[in-house]
Parts: sequence; structure tokens; C-alpha cells
Amino acid sequence: MADDASPGNQSDRFDRLPATATDRTVDGRPTRAELLAWWDERFGIEPGVFAEHTFWERGDGKIWVCRGDLETPVGIEALGMLAVRTRQEHWKPTLEAIQRFGDDATRNRIELATPEAAVFLAGADQELPWDGDWGYLIVTHEVAGEPEPLGVGLYVYDELRSMVPKGRRREL
Amino acid sequence: MNVLERYEPLVDDVEAFYDACRRSLPSVVRVNTIKTTVERAKRALAAEDIAFEVTEWNPTLFRLLDDQPGANWPYVHGWLHGQEEVSAVPARVLDPDPGERIWDACAAPGSKTTQLAALLGDTGLVVATDNNLGRISALRSNTERLGVTNVAVTAEDARTHSLKPFPQAEYDRALVDAPCSCEGTVRKNPDVLEDWTVEHVEGIASVQKGALRRAVQATREGGTVVYSTCTFAPEENEAVLDHVLDAEPCRIEPFDLPLEHTSGVTAWHGKQFDPAVQGAKRIYPHHNDTGGFFCARLAVTG
Repeated sequence: MADDASPGNQSDRFDRLPATATDRTVDGRPTRAELLAWWDERFGIEPGVFAEHTFWERGDGKIWVCRGDLETPVGIEALGMLAVRTRQEHWKPTLEAIQRFGDDATRNRIELATPEAAVFLAGADQELPWDGDWGYLIVTHEVAGEPEPLGVGLYVYDELRSMVPKGRRREL
Repeated sequence: MNVLERYEPLVDDVEAFYDACRRSLPSVVRVNTIKTTVERAKRALAAEDIAFEVTEWNPTLFRLLDDQPGANWPYVHGWLHGQEEVSAVPARVLDPDPGERIWDACAAPGSKTTQLAALLGDTGLVVATDNNLGRISALRSNTERLGVTNVAVTAEDARTHSLKPFPQAEYDRALVDAPCSCEGTVRKNPDVLEDWTVEHVEGIASVQKGALRRAVQATREGGTVVYSTCTFAPEENEAVLDHVLDAEPCRIEPFDLPLEHTSGVTAWHGKQFDPAVQGAKRIYPHHNDTGGFFCARLAVTG
């Protein structure tokens, strides 16, 4: 196990996630296996969806997803997209990752009517019924005849809290 | 429009040219095929009663007849990206194949980067370089909003682009959509004419030459490099090509462009250019009711 003084997470470079815990050299770094299991358990997004993608950490608990296979580490500005924050107990996907990969989700997705989706997009919280687990949900609404993932909500105490980042909020 | 007067000898219809430069620019969006299909995007716009017409030459480009690009659901979902019509030309001319490695040398704010990523079907790799951190922030916002995962962003001067983070191989193709004097964007931003100086033209031409030379060097033999600008200045267009044809192993390739245009010019202010620069294409605002643009395609020969 690496100690606190190890090179560990660095904010100026991307380190590829280890495949499994036995490959781990940086203490606390999530593994690819853990990440794939989390997508599957939380949202029903199967590991095959990410077969062509690699996962990388830059900074503490910021996990990026990249289509492709570069040599690790990579000292650049961005690599694919920021996909998941793993620093807290409950891992949180980004709006962008949900819009890109959330189509394949079968669990913990809540479909909103378009007026409710507009409230969510504006960044507001709203009381809504939900039978499932509390926690982060994929919020979808219908666009051009099919449900389409819009972003991430946090469901607690009968309320859907909008996790839409300020820069993505919009009044439609 | 004093600056534009210097281009009168190059323009086929001066009156139509000035008329077009005075009109505001139609609002155009590109369908992001990483997240949706052209057909779904059409249905989504129709469902919101947003009037549009598909451009004749590119089925992924829609002219919005009344609206702004950002105020609708398909935009929020990253299905649409506001992109001027001629700005969609160079990625089409580069014409990448899925799985290829592409360098976008002057990438921010990312309209062409994300278009290239979509043409690759979000496979392969687009290395997107810019030297301005503020503009890179806009680039990142656009790549993430559009769901692009095959992009690697570097902050550096294109002229000294390092292949060190990407040790696998040279690029299959490169795009140099160079910083320029931007008179071609006058319909969107009339201030460009007030800020125009000949000193800037000369300074930026040196940057353009350096970036294009680096692109030819970093691309494999048999690969393709596209050079484009939104200026009418031959100093920044044909003269740059003429310089790089001399300095690096490459030649100008013909390409089809289903938009009205004229050929590159071989003489300007007493200077003669390699006749091959006629293979480049100039688009003036009155040709297709767009901004102005310049585009050339180079084959790397060594």
C-alpha cells in the first residue's frame, strides 16, 4: 500500500485506474472493477457498455472516462470527460456522463413530465413520489418520442433535488 | 468598411460582397451524432415548433429560421451545437475515418473538435490543442456537453506541440484552423474590422506558418492536413501555404466542396505564390449567405 507521501493523486495528470485491487498502488484509488460494478449495481448499466473505455483519476476522487487506451500517466488538460466523483461515501455521476451513458440504465431512473423536467433543469428541488432507494437517480424525460437522460437528481425525504451544475442550468 | 476594400480586386461581385457583409448571419446548428440521429433531432425541433431548414450540402447542419440555438430541449441534451455554416467545412474536408488519430492544432472553443469526434463516431483519438486556458475551459465545456470521450486536450503552443503524452504514433490527419484576422466573421462581429491592423496580419501569419509546419511534421506520410481560416487576407492564406509547401514535405490536394466558392489566388501585393495554391478554396459571404472562409487540403509526402 502506498503511504500518504506517495505520488498518489496529482491534480495535473491523469492516472489510469488499476484493473483490480491487487493492481492498486495508490491508497484509496477506485479500481476499474469497482467502478464497473457500481455502474451495474446502482443503475443497471452493464460493464460491456464501457468495454472500449478506460477510466482515469486526476485529483482526489475525480474519475474521467476516455474512449481509448493511452499510456499512463498523461499530463494534459482533459481526457475524455469527467464522469464520477468517488470521494464521498455515495459516488456521484456527472450530468455529462449520465447524458452520454444513462440511456443504458435500467435502475434508479426517474421519468419526469416535461414541466417537471424544466423545474429540474432550472436547478430547483421538487416534491415527487418515488418508490425506490434514496440516493442519486438518473432523471429522464421524453424527447422526440423516447425517454432521454437529462441529468442527476438526489432523492431524499420525498424530494428530488436537482444536481444540475450552475453552468448547465437553464430556464426553458 | 475600409479594411474590406483591400480585397475588392479578389472578389467576383463587390456589391453583393458588401451587401452580404452588412447582413446579420443566419443561426445554424450542427446535429451531434454522438448523442442522437439527424432524424431524432428533426423530430425534437418539430415537437417544439422550431422552424429550421437542412443545408443543401451537409445533412447535419440546420438553419434555424427564428430561434437562437441554445433555448430548447435538444440543445440541453447535447444533440445540437451552434456552429456557423462555413465553420463546418474543414472537418468535412479532413474527412477522418473511424479509429484514426487526429490532431486539432488550434482547437478552442471546440466546434470543429467535436465535429471531428462525431465524424470518428467517438472512436480513435482527437488531440485538441490550444494555448489559452480560458478558451480551453470553453472547449472542455463543449466536449463534455456533447458527450465526447475520444478527446485529449493539451495546453500548449501548436508550433511546439509535443507528442510526448501520446507516444504511439504520428497522426493520421491534422486540422489547423488557425487564429487569424477574422474578417470573415464580420457579419457576427463587426468589431473585427476596427481592430484590424497590417501589423497583426504579419504577426499572426508567422504563427500560422509555424502551426501548419508542425502539423505536417506530426502527421504520417500519406496522411492529410487541412488548413483553414476565416480571413480574406492572402498573407494569412495562400502565402502560408506557399511557405509550407517550400519548407515541409507536402503537396496541395484537390477536394470537392459543394458550396459556391472561388480558387486560391496566386499573386498579391507584388508577391507570386506557388500555382498549386489555386487548389485552395475561398468562400465569400455572398456566395452561400454564410461567413467568409478559406480552406486547403494538403497530402503529407514524407
